[in-house]
Formats: sequence, structure tokens, C-alpha cells
Amino acid sequence: MISQLSWKVGGQQGEGIESTGEIFSIAMARMGYHLYSYRHFSSRIKGGHTNNKIRVSTKPMRAVSDVLDILVAFDQETIDVNAHELREGGVIIADAKFNPKLPDGLKPVRMFAVPLTQIAEELGTSLMKNMVSIGASAAILGMPVESFRNIVEDMFLRKGEKVVEKNMEAIKQGFDFVNNLTGGQLPEFQLDKADGSKRLFMIGNDAVALGALTAGCRFMPAYPITPASEIMEYLIKKLPKFGGTVIQTEDEIAAITMAIGGNYGGVRTMTASAGPGLSLMMEAIGLAGMTETPVVIVDTQRGGPSTGLPTKQEQSDINAMIHGTHGEIPKVVLAPSSVEDCFYDTVEAFNIAEEYQVPVILVTDLTLSLGKSTVEPFDYSRVEIRRGKLLTGQELPEKEQNDLFKRYELTEDGISPRPIPGQKFGLHHVTGVEHDQTGRPSESPINRKQQMDKRMNKLNTLVDRYPNPVLFDAPHEDADVLLVGINSVGGTIQEAKERLEKEGVKVNHAQIRLIHPFPTEVIKPYVEKAKKVIVVENNATGQIANLLKLHVGNAEKIDSILKYDGNPFLPNEVYTQVKGLIKHGDYERVSQ
Amino acid sequence: MATMKEFRNNVKPNWCPGCGDFSVQAAIQRAAANVGLEPEQLAIVSGIGCSGRISGYVNCYGLHGVHGRSLPIAQGLKMANRDLTVIAAGGDGDGFAIGMGHTVHAIRRNMDVTYIVMDNQIYGLTKGQTSPRSAAGFVTKSTPGGSIESAISPVELALSVGATFVAQSFSSDLKGLTELIEKGIQHKGFSLINVFSPCVTYNKVNTYDWFKENIVSVDSLEGYDPHDRIKAMSYSMQYKGLLNGLIYQNTEQKSYEQLVAGFKEEPLAYQDLSLSKEDFDKLVAEFA
Repeated sequence: MISQLSWKVGGQQGEGIESTGEIFSIAMARMGYHLYSYRHFSSRIKGGHTNNKIRVSTKPMRAVSDVLDILVAFDQETIDVNAHELREGGVIIADAKFNPKLPDGLKPVRMFAVPLTQIAEELGTSLMKNMVSIGASAAILGMPVESFRNIVEDMFLRKGEKVVEKNMEAIKQGFDFVNNLTGGQLPEFQLDKADGSKRLFMIGNDAVALGALTAGCRFMPAYPITPASEIMEYLIKKLPKFGGTVIQTEDEIAAITMAIGGNYGGVRTMTASAGPGLSLMMEAIGLAGMTETPVVIVDTQRGGPSTGLPTKQEQSDINAMIHGTHGEIPKVVLAPSSVEDCFYDTVEAFNIAEEYQVPVILVTDLTLSLGKSTVEPFDYSRVEIRRGKLLTGQELPEKEQNDLFKRYELTEDGISPRPIPGQKFGLHHVTGVEHDQTGRPSESPINRKQQMDKRMNKLNTLVDRYPNPVLFDAPHEDADVLLVGINSVGGTIQEAKERLEKEGVKVNHAQIRLIHPFPTEVIKPYVEKAKKVIVVENNATGQIANLLKLHVGNAEKIDSILKYDGNPFLPNEVYTQVKGLIKHGDYERVSQ
Repeated sequence: MATMKEFRNNVKPNWCPGCGDFSVQAAIQRAAANVGLEPEQLAIVSGIGCSGRISGYVNCYGLHGVHGRSLPIAQGLKMANRDLTVIAAGGDGDGFAIGMGHTVHAIRRNMDVTYIVMDNQIYGLTKGQTSPRSAAGFVTKSTPGGSIESAISPVELALSVGATFVAQSFSSDLKGLTELIEKGIQHKGFSLINVFSPCVTYNKVNTYDWFKENIVSVDSLEGYDPHDRIKAMSYSMQYKGLLNGLIYQNTEQKSYEQLVAGFKEEPLAYQDLSLSKEDFDKLVAEFA
């Protein structure tokens, strides 16, 4: 019996690889297993190798696994590209149609050539080969065919009972074929029983979109881009029911400026994009900062620069998010570390944007945005809508003509009351030009300093108020090493940490969730008491490590583990490199 | 009810004496009063340039944004609050150079926004460079040998991308301009009003006198029908884009807001944001 395993299905893009993974995953999730999946795909629609790697486990996992247990191959390329990931004794289920061959130099693995296409065609359509492959997988895992019935019904019942039965038959024949070869289940592939708990199964982008809807976002102007589009696609489906809408704009500049217009009008409005779009939005983000207009921007990071690696993992927009706009504005950058975080942090992004009247960038990375995983059900009672000093619906004190509302009034916390257009006695001016308390342009040096100070000091209370600006798993007072990461890297660090701990290395983990303003005082004690600090990040220049050095100092003990080849870190890579970096130091002492 | 006086404020415009934009300011103030608006029911969103300052010179809600982006901001505001009368305003550089992409798409989208372009065929605030509205051969600081690019015709451009309201006017024709702005505000959809608004400092060619000699009122054209798109296009071409008046209007086409599925009459800005527990549970269940 095993507690976790990795299953991968691969083939040509457009061949149903995603749906095969989906059916397999949902069936496992409904049995109560924890799942974590990662899709390898290219920037094209038909053709090109794609695969979907799914980790099934009896406890939560948030990283791609190092090794593979079962590979389902719809073509030879899938075997050539992925077979080296298989562990010794791993299994390949290959379509007999292409006469599968094992590449040289592989660890001993078992290959079952199953007539996936043939069985499917005999049942009516080659499209059902994915169902046959699922049946074949089930035979390896010792899962009963009937455990797929309920997902098959969800998918096909609207097409009629007959279609359901055909698909169940495809699963059964795939199962029987492999079962005859193996003579029953293989005990080394049998998973421990799952807890049976009901969980959600979703990608980070789903959670962001659901978070936005729950937070009261009712308008989203956006321009399609990988890997952000699912957010707008979800809201396109859902917003009309709640009176809101999505506009697909002509470009990202229109998206962000329309979002600023929506928020100026008093509606919670967001946009979402990736690096190229974020670059285009910079001037307008400055306008939001200068005019103190709340706005939420999601940046799903992908490989840059320029078009870069549009379907691959990277975390290289950090510098751009913090420093991208010209001039100086108050701005918030939030970095959820899990799909759960994506939901709750998105709600919080809207609250912060309105309470502090600032642009808030919610940053994810491709692995988090598109990786599908099981999530504990969201807690409705944790959702709170806080709109700060917004005055919608209130009667404002009467004013004479020319006596404008002090929209930029100097207050103790730097945040001023905010009427919306349409409100009587709320007239004021809004401009990206430096302005006085009523919003009228002013070049007075005294006013300039007052307004700059007002804006720049607004966020002083944020670090203290934000829930878990850094999430710690830091049990050691005298850690050998503090591992630091953001977004999807957190799960990988966690796994590397467990392995290092088993070898006696004292590892603390700090996951930064508020990137800007930087939670200096929160993380400082942990940096100071660690013998070494290693920042694990998907970029080439160590952007997070540089932030840490800038704000916390201790540069001499801060090292980086970097990966920028487009793929997420594997736990083993982090484990090995951490060991390498601490080899000559205290690690030897503790391991003796 | 508000009169034009209520739309005036005490800010002294920083435009040069004689600038065509003063008439546009006055026409907006008159039109707003004539159609029965109160100052808080009007919002002007403007771009950058001399003309972009206009949102601060009318007593109403106003947003002066970034260069070329008045239209998307205005559309975002309109979506947030469809009860507001939203005017977008800016210069020819704002609308036909840096913001051209937004102009074309705002016209296609047909949201109920009135777009007033103060067209002086030159860049004024940066002290005299060429504009996409400058005629071929036009000599400026940036085109010392004369512009070698052709000028855009706002009217033909708008007609070609499906405009439902296209008008053109001239700063000296305050009465006509005021009427066109009123019609534009009342039009249910996007209205483009291109106003020849002479720059007395940097444009010594397209002066008040030049326009008086060259523009042709559509009222002077026998049997002109502003509902005939093909004729509108051909007249505009025939008169080198120098028509004055309501050139085209399509009253059949519904506005964007009217076509958005599920979009309520009550402005989004006034709606309750919270999601009921029941709705939340339904949404979450889709991921189970």
C-alpha cells in the first residue's frame, strides 16, 4: 500500500489529454483523495506534445512530484519525452496502435500495449480511447470500474443513457484488458484508503474569479491572455446573473483604464492579465495611485520577457509590479500561496483597494493559476466586505456652488472620504496632475509635499493589519536554514523541507504573502536567527532575494536557488541544491 | 432646474485668449442645462493636452486622466452608473493618435457616451507638432518639410466602423455646437462630435477665417438625410471632410448597455454587493 502516486497522461494537443486527466482526477477527488495537477502545454491549439501530471495522495500535496508511477501514452513522443520520469517498476500504458517502443537507458519499467484506439473504435468512436485508458489505469490501481460511473453520468447523461453505458463499457474493456495481463491488481500501486472527505477541485484562476464574485466585483474589463483568461471566462458566465458584466476590451490599456472608470463610479471592478499586459497597464496604475482610485489587478506570471514562454512557469514580474510605474505611488502587491489563498486573498484585495484607495496587484504564477488541486471547502463566514470611506448612498452636507467636496482632504490616516459621481454635494475634481484637497490642479510646493506625504503614508498600517503577511512553518529557534518563497513554490519548499528534516537539517520556511509594502519587521527575526537564508524562486536574477536583502539586510547569508527554464521546481531539485549550499557549514555538524 | 450658470465654476481656464476650446466649454454648459441635467448628473472624462483640461472647467463631476484614455475611463464609468450623463472630451492627438484604438472600439461598442473632440489639427500643449489631423504638407516643428502623412477624416473613420451618431461643428458656431451636444447627449448610444476648435497660437493655416471659408453646413445641401450612411460618407469625401452639422444618426441600433445580458436598469453602483449564502453554496458546488 502506498500513500501517494503520480499519474501522467500525454499526447498531442487537441487529442483530449486535458479531459482524460480531468475524468481521472474527479473520480479520485470524489473518493476523497488529495490531488495536485500540472499541465504541460504549448502556445498552440492543435498538435504539439502536451501532458497532464496528477498527483494523488492521502494527505495534502502542493508540488509536482519528482517521479512518476504511471504514464498513459497516446503516442510515441509521450514515451520518449516522459518515460525517464518513471520510477523503477513504474508502468506505461500505451496505445498499441502506434507500436510503442521503450527508449534506451531507462530504469526497468513495465509497458502494457493496450489497444486503446481499437477498443474505442469498436465501441463506436476513437474519441473514447481516453475512457479506455482510464479503465486500464484503474486496473493497475485496483479501482473498481463502477467508481467512475458518477463522473461519467455527470459528463454524458445529458446525451442519454446509451452514451453513458458506451463510456462505461469503454472503461470496463480497458480495465479487463490490463487485468488479464496482470492477473489482478498490482499491490505496489494500491493506494491507502482516502478519508472520503468532500473537497473542491479547482485551479487558482477559478478561486480568484469566485473570490472576486464573492467580494462584490460586478464588472471586469479584460483582454485575453495566457494564463489569466479563465478568470474572465468564469465571470463572463456568472456575472450576468448578478447584474454585472465582463467587457473584452481592445487591449490591456483599455482594460485597466475602464476598470479605473468603474471603480471611480463606485463599482468593485477588476482586471486580470499576465506580464505583457501588466507592462501595458503601468501608466494607468500610476493614475489610480495618484487619483487614489481603488482598483484590483491580477497578474498571473508566466515566462518573460516580451512574449517569452507564454505557457510556462516563471516568477519574474516582481520588480515590474513594485517599480514599474513612473513616479511614486502607494501600491499593494499580494501573493497568494495556494488555491485557498487565491480565494480569500482576492476578497481581501478588494477590501484593501477600497479601504486604502490604492491599486492592488494580486500576483500568482502559472503553476498556481492553472494547476488544479483539491481544496478544503471555502468558509462563507470568513468573507467580509469592507469599503472604507466610500460614501455611496449617504446624504452629504449641503454646499455652495464652487465649494467643492474635499475628496483629497488631509486626514490623520491619509485616507479621505470618497463620494461617487451622481452624489449631490459631492462634486470634486479628479486628475492625474498634482492637485489640492478638492482635486484641482496645484503646483504649490507646500501642497505637493502634503499630498505626496498623505498618499505615501496611507499604507503604514497595512503590514500590521494584513492576515499572515508572511506564512511561517518555522519550528526551529536555531534553524540551519530558512527557505523563502512565494506563490506555487511554497508547496515544493514544504516537501524539500520534510526530506531535509528527516536527515536532521533544521529547516524553517517563510512564505511571503505580502510583497509590497514589504513585511520587513515580520520576517526579520526569522532571517536573523537562521544560519543561512535561501530564497527559492523561478527567475534568473533573484528578485525576491534582492527584496529581502534591501529590506532586511543580512546579505552575506542570503543565497538563491533559481530556476528559469519554464518548469516549476521539483522537490528533489530544491532538496539537492539546499544540501549543496549548506554542505560546508552547519549541515555537516548536525548530520554527524 | 439648473441653468447654464450652475455648470460654471470659478476656475480660470489656462487656454490662450481666443482658443476655440472656450466655445466648447460654453456649449457643454448650455447643452447640459438645456437637456435638464443637474451638475451632479453629469461627468466629464477628459484626456491630456490643452483641451483635456475641460473636465475641470465645468461645474460637474470630472476626471482628467492619462493621455489618450478618456474613452475607456468614460465607458467604465458609464457601466458603473448608467444614470449618469457621461461626456468624454479631448483633442485630436488624444483621440486620433495615442487613443485611436480606443476611439474605433468605443464607436463599435456604442455605449451611451458623448465624445467631443476639440480638433485643432496640431499639438498645442507641446508647442506645435504635427497631428494625425494635420493636412499633408502642413509645416510644424516636427514636420519642418511639411507633413508627408495623410490626415485622418474623423467623419469617414467613424462611419466606417459603425458609428450611430456622427456630427461635426465649429467653435464659431456656438448655437449649432450646443444643439449638436444636446442631440449627442440625448442619442441612445455613442455620439462622436468633432469640433473644429482653432489653435490661435500654433496653427496659422486652419484659422477661424479658414474654416469660415471652407466648411459646408449639411443644412445647405439639398435633401441631406442624416440617416443615409452611404450619402453621409460620399458627401464627407466630396467636401474633404469639412461638413458641419449632424452628419449621420442611426436611432434603430440599441446601445451597448441595452444589449448586455442581465444588465439592470438600476445602476450597478447602487446595487447590493453581497452574495447570499445560498448563491455562494451553489457556485461552490460546481467545483465539488
